[in-house]
Amino acid sequence: MAARNKRHGGTGRPSGFVYGVLAVVLLGSIFPFYWSFLIGSGNAFTINDPNMSWWPGGNFLHNASEVLNDPAVHFWKALGNSVIVSLTVAASTVVLSTLAGFAFAKLRFKGSGPLLVGVIATMAVPVQLGVVPLYILMQEYGWTGHLGAVIVPALVTAFGVFWMTQYLTQSLPTELIEAARVDGCSMIRTFWHVALPAARPAAAMLGLFTFVATWNNFFWPFIVLNNQNPTLPMALRLLQSAKFVDYSIVLNGALLATIPLLILFLFAGKQLIAGIMQGAVKG
Amino acid sequence: MSSITTEPDGVKTPGDRSRTQLPLTWRQRRGRWDVKYSPYLYIAPFFLVFAITGLFPILYTAFISMQDWDHIRGSGTFVGFDQFAWVLQDPNFWKALRNTFSIFLFSSVPQIIAATLIAAMLDTNLRGKTFWRMGVLLPYVVAPIAVALIFSNMFGDQFGLINSLLGRVGIDPILWHTDVIPSHMAIASMVNFRWTGYNTLILLAAMQAVPRDLYEAAEVDGAGMKRRFISLTIPQIRPTLVFVIIMSTIGGLQIFEEPLIYDRFGRGGADKQWLTITLYMYNMGWLDFNFGRAAAVAWLLFLLIMVITLINTWVTRRFVSGEDAVKKSKKVSQKIAQVGGN
Repeated sequence: MAARNKRHGGTGRPSGFVYGVLAVVLLGSIFPFYWSFLIGSGNAFTINDPNMSWWPGGNFLHNASEVLNDPAVHFWKALGNSVIVSLTVAASTVVLSTLAGFAFAKLRFKGSGPLLVGVIATMAVPVQLGVVPLYILMQEYGWTGHLGAVIVPALVTAFGVFWMTQYLTQSLPTELIEAARVDGCSMIRTFWHVALPAARPAAAMLGLFTFVATWNNFFWPFIVLNNQNPTLPMALRLLQSAKFVDYSIVLNGALLATIPLLILFLFAGKQLIAGIMQGAVKG
Repeated sequence: MSSITTEPDGVKTPGDRSRTQLPLTWRQRRGRWDVKYSPYLYIAPFFLVFAITGLFPILYTAFISMQDWDHIRGSGTFVGFDQFAWVLQDPNFWKALRNTFSIFLFSSVPQIIAATLIAAMLDTNLRGKTFWRMGVLLPYVVAPIAVALIFSNMFGDQFGLINSLLGRVGIDPILWHTDVIPSHMAIASMVNFRWTGYNTLILLAAMQAVPRDLYEAAEVDGAGMKRRFISLTIPQIRPTLVFVIIMSTIGGLQIFEEPLIYDRFGRGGADKQWLTITLYMYNMGWLDFNFGRAAAVAWLLFLLIMVITLINTWVTRRFVSGEDAVKKSKKVSQKIAQVGGN
């Protein structure tokens, strides 16, 4: 972190060339959005037009209302589902990971070392490995098609526990906990009044990343939910599965579904950047 | 540690009950239990969730992979390793394996090279640092499904943007949805779009941790920009580079949404040109309803990832020497553990 105040790169001021290349990269990141807007504001034939204009057409709102009101797509329901699932998963991951991280980082108990190793080991296993039996399990309990089937397996993640353990080990002074204990705080009150406030920066980042990952997650919801009760990414796929694919509608929907995250990115992009860069240095 | 003086506002000081002389009141006994058992209570949710939705399914996958599973009955008949044998002689499995590797190469190699170069450019004394970093990271928040929809449109065979641009410079249209290699390149470009910026920031963080006086010394010794990048930056960030490579391997081998969405049928193309292993497993389980075979594929995929990761680690150790190597590879395996679950 100390490097931030010093000169970067040791190369002095970057040349115009560097700005030029970065501008091209930036254009590459933005272009697919513009392309979707271009197609999404035209009509079904815009895409086939060899002399297509680089200016957007006037049908964006019309197409948007097609997407929002398509009875096969359930867009509003999907949006609601995605909000419910992502918020629940993010909140519970933050609380339960911080709780476990607090125990691993600061409390002494038998077997804490091996148990932490166990947590880390579970991270090496790909999702696909357990998907078939998990589905059978959900089917047996009649959970398929219900949001609970998506929420419960994601309530707390090994990554979250590991992340919070790392953070609390470094930034929560043990003296503070001892002081609270001496003053008569119970364990859970110590957690609530001492550990949780101290964990706030890392918890916020964990919540943010969990939210984005859950919002975009497709594989498991696609397997366990159905088309009548979809999440947003699933609804997007439904847009495309019609007999005749009208790309002005499909790309309009892709853009609409991205708007919530673009807004989030506008406000929390800095935190995402800091989170990625800190995770990279710390590990 | 002891120098920290900040006190969170939540700390309150209730009465001095701990000084009472009476031995083991109810309150004290409760306090003892509190100290002894609370930690287990706090870590219980993780292990509970993992046991039910992680450990049990994994063990059960091994069981199911040896069954001829009846979807209606909800049970199966033991068939030993027949499902594995069936999958291993299925030409589509080998096609899926080939495609997965090919897409993985087309995504990770250019992606990591681009990410390293962009990171080096961001690691200069830029104006508007945050602006550029946000611009680079923007694609990361877009759902893979949305990216896949947009890109499969741009890579359309007949009216796609890419082909019409190629046509303008006199290149014949490429059959992105028909030919094997072009379809892999198109799918890889979706992965690259989403992940290049993310990896750029990880590498940027590593570059910023390189001591600045090293650069100054190199500059004094007359090393140009290119030379400094190759002989100084790259060796210094090597552990992070290896980490990024391994992570993109693990992610790349599991690719699913992009090939699923690439056409509207989701079966990997007419001739399985872009069928991947995870898509193969999904089709096996949820379109053909053969859970036994799907479970066998899941195990094969897991073994594949393990083997590739081991090869990666071995290669890393060869290229980094001495005591340094052990330390660095430890760091890498730690990082893999950190992100592997995603």
